[in-house]
Amino acid sequence: MSDARAIDAADWQRARLHVVTGKGGTGKTTVASALALALASATDSPKRVLLAEVEGRQGLSQTFDVPPLGTEETRIARTKPGGEIVGLSVDAKAALLEYLQLFYKLGRAGKLLEKFGAIDFATTIAPGVRDVLVIGKLYEANRRRKDGRHRGASPAAYDAIVMDAPPTGRIGRFLSVNSEVADLARVGPIHSQAESITDLLESEQTLVHIVTLLEEMPVQETIEAIRELRAKDLRVGIVFVNMVRDPLLDDVALEQARNGRLHKASISGQLADAGVKASPELVDGLLQEAYDHAHRVDLESEQLALLEETGLPLVLLPALPEGVDSGSVRELADILLDELEEVGLTR
Amino acid sequence: MTQTKETAHPAHVRAAQAAPHLDIDGMIADRGVEVVVCCGAGGVGKTTTAAALGLRAAEAGRRVVVLTIDPARRLAQALGLSELDNTPRPVSGFDTAAGGSLDAMMLDMKRTFDEVVLAHADPGKAEQILANPFYQAVSSSFAGTQEYMAMEKLGQLKAAADSAPDGWDLIIVDTPPSRSALDFLDAPNRLGSFLDGRFIRLLSAPAKASGRAGVKVFGLGVQLVSSTMTKILGGQFLSDVQTFVAALDTMFGGFRERADQTYRLLSREGTSFLVVAAPERDALREASYFVDRLQADRMPLSGLVVNRMGRVSAGALTPSRALAVAEALEDSGGPKSAENAAGLLRLHAAVVTIAQRQRELAERFSRSHPDVPVVQVPALNRDVHDLDSLREVGNALAGP
Ligand SMILES: Nc1ncnc2c1ncn2[C@@H]1O[C@H](COP(=O)(O)OP(=O)(O)OP(=O)(O)O)[C@@H](O)[C@H]1O
Ligand SMILES: Nc1ncnc2c1ncn2[C@@H]1O[C@H](COP(=O)(O)OP(=O)(O)O)[C@@H](O)[C@H]1O
Ligand SMILES: [Mg+2]
Ligand SMILES: [Mg+2]
Repeated sequence: MSDARAIDAADWQRARLHVVTGKGGTGKTTVASALALALASATDSPKRVLLAEVEGRQGLSQTFDVPPLGTEETRIARTKPGGEIVGLSVDAKAALLEYLQLFYKLGRAGKLLEKFGAIDFATTIAPGVRDVLVIGKLYEANRRRKDGRHRGASPAAYDAIVMDAPPTGRIGRFLSVNSEVADLARVGPIHSQAESITDLLESEQTLVHIVTLLEEMPVQETIEAIRELRAKDLRVGIVFVNMVRDPLLDDVALEQARNGRLHKASISGQLADAGVKASPELVDGLLQEAYDHAHRVDLESEQLALLEETGLPLVLLPALPEGVDSGSVRELADILLDELEEVGLTR
Repeated sequence: MTQTKETAHPAHVRAAQAAPHLDIDGMIADRGVEVVVCCGAGGVGKTTTAAALGLRAAEAGRRVVVLTIDPARRLAQALGLSELDNTPRPVSGFDTAAGGSLDAMMLDMKRTFDEVVLAHADPGKAEQILANPFYQAVSSSFAGTQEYMAMEKLGQLKAAADSAPDGWDLIIVDTPPSRSALDFLDAPNRLGSFLDGRFIRLLSAPAKASGRAGVKVFGLGVQLVSSTMTKILGGQFLSDVQTFVAALDTMFGGFRERADQTYRLLSREGTSFLVVAAPERDALREASYFVDRLQADRMPLSGLVVNRMGRVSAGALTPSRALAVAEALEDSGGPKSAENAAGLLRLHAAVVTIAQRQRELAERFSRSHPDVPVVQVPALNRDVHDLDSLREVGNALAGP
């Protein structure tokens, strides 16, 4: 049976691999970036965080306004108390070649494999194989020590790893590499690597976070993903509610707007006193806008209530009016840090 | 007391809106239009547009079938799509006065793939294919399978429509929620050429592929490659692939050919693409790419739907003026009605600012694509998942 308990501060402390998923376009890349910044700027000691994307989208390079990331780990940002973020775009083909060199010291065969399209083949056709290779790269980074070795007393190369993961529709399959490759590659190193990866993913080192908007479809997908992930023995961490807008009317006014009971005559009078030509059309228009707004707010609170029912920690991030760039993503990171404290995961 | 003369729509902004108007009702009335494909980036409203257009066309007298891919749950319920049997079912509750009909279905990609296999292979072979783990991976999770199967289904619906004299006369197709609209055009081909690719050829018929290029050297290469693959993935894997490819090969006579066929269906007369975008930078950029691609490939484009535009109802008041007055009202510390009035003004300022930004983005698209007809659909104040709100979207599609 899976662990359906909401995470607490101790779980948060233990987590090393943060997987960020969500419906397409909800802000996975943005939230993964903000989370990496937040983790790196923890005040107790400088942190080194690896931020990796796995779909070759170059979303991170856009968010941080740096040149396109490759398969080399490259520093893309520094944070105040000496923390840093290292970016990486994990590529299955490169990972497979690296892997082959490492384990088989293939000289000629490596080239041939590429020439014959075998690398392409192995990394595209069999989705499980591709996923093993991609997550395998982060598995390796997670075990790596500062001295570059994978065992010994040297401290960990990274304090945390954040993955900008595939969307909710594919996350379950992506993370259940073990059962995925079990049917395809029944023996061999891909198979055994899948097993070690599964151990990491199911351990308390890994948390899967879900990004959503307060809209019906993303919330629906979030709830389904929570169920699916738990059934696969993966731990769901935080639900990030992204692009939240402040209600622009107070509760009383919203209530009146919703029921069409905002007092027309007195509003019209107020406007006229303040020097606005309060034509009936203008006032009706304002009331219509308030009505529309009240309904949007209702819809959003309905969705928020559904998320609250999950019992998971909810971290709300505001909609930034000018969109997100390398500057404002740090704003989101600061808000995120405050919110983590608010929901009791950090102090 | 001063009166405001500013408006929220300065003249220069209006003048720039010279994009030709997308005439949806004209398209519906044109019996020559037999297939409409709704495409665009994820989450912009493709499924909603497809359903709204289907309803409007049916109520205008067309005999419509809507192929949806991923309707929101409640929209699916409204369309009566609770039964997932991968075939169109009649929608009830619409106005049949004009003599139209409306069927809808939701694509089940795995099932569609299975059906293709069952239809083209003899029973024994079909069973062998369906049980192959490799087939199962390709048919349920290969990137591009959904697009491929959407086209396959479209082909089937079209064939059914053409063979029944009083069957469907309009097929409306929703497209899969890919991150790029172009995926819909490219994925089937990519899947086709992949399955026709060199490595698979080698595995299925090494002798044939090595050809005249010196059998010996090449043959050794093949051996080395397949022995390495066997080492990495296990022997069973390669033999599964080989059976799979051999079986499919006899069945399809080439995947690429089949992909080409479906692609041709899209460029033939009677098909029309409707590109859907949200008034956001990324979605409109996607729409641009897609429109350019359609034009480059001489595919028929009917126009762009900019969906979920912010709705301004009190257009006569500029945001800056609204904010100034709101501040004055708040400073005066008046009664609750003053507070409410200030709240309404701040809300109005926010609404107009968003709408203006959206309009500018839509105009930027039109400046670079001056000949593409456009229609703007407002964001409703609720989700679109009943026939009434679909009708409302349909009205908006038809224009002011
Ligand atoms: N809090 C926010 N405020 C304002 N804009 C935001 C916010 N979060 C994300 N965005 C914007 O929304 C868009 C989508 O965000 P992002 O690219 O992070 O989503 P994603 O889930 O990674 O998308 P995809 O599924 O395509 O990978 C971007 O243009 C981003 O700048
Ligand atoms: N004009 C609109 N007004 C309000 N909500 C809309 C509008 N168009 C779409 N929606 C809502 O947006 C969500 C996504 O729409 P959908 O059609 O499923 O997008 P896509 O098929 O492009 O992914 C749905 O919940 C739908 O109800
Ligand atoms: Mg992204
Ligand atoms: Mg859709």
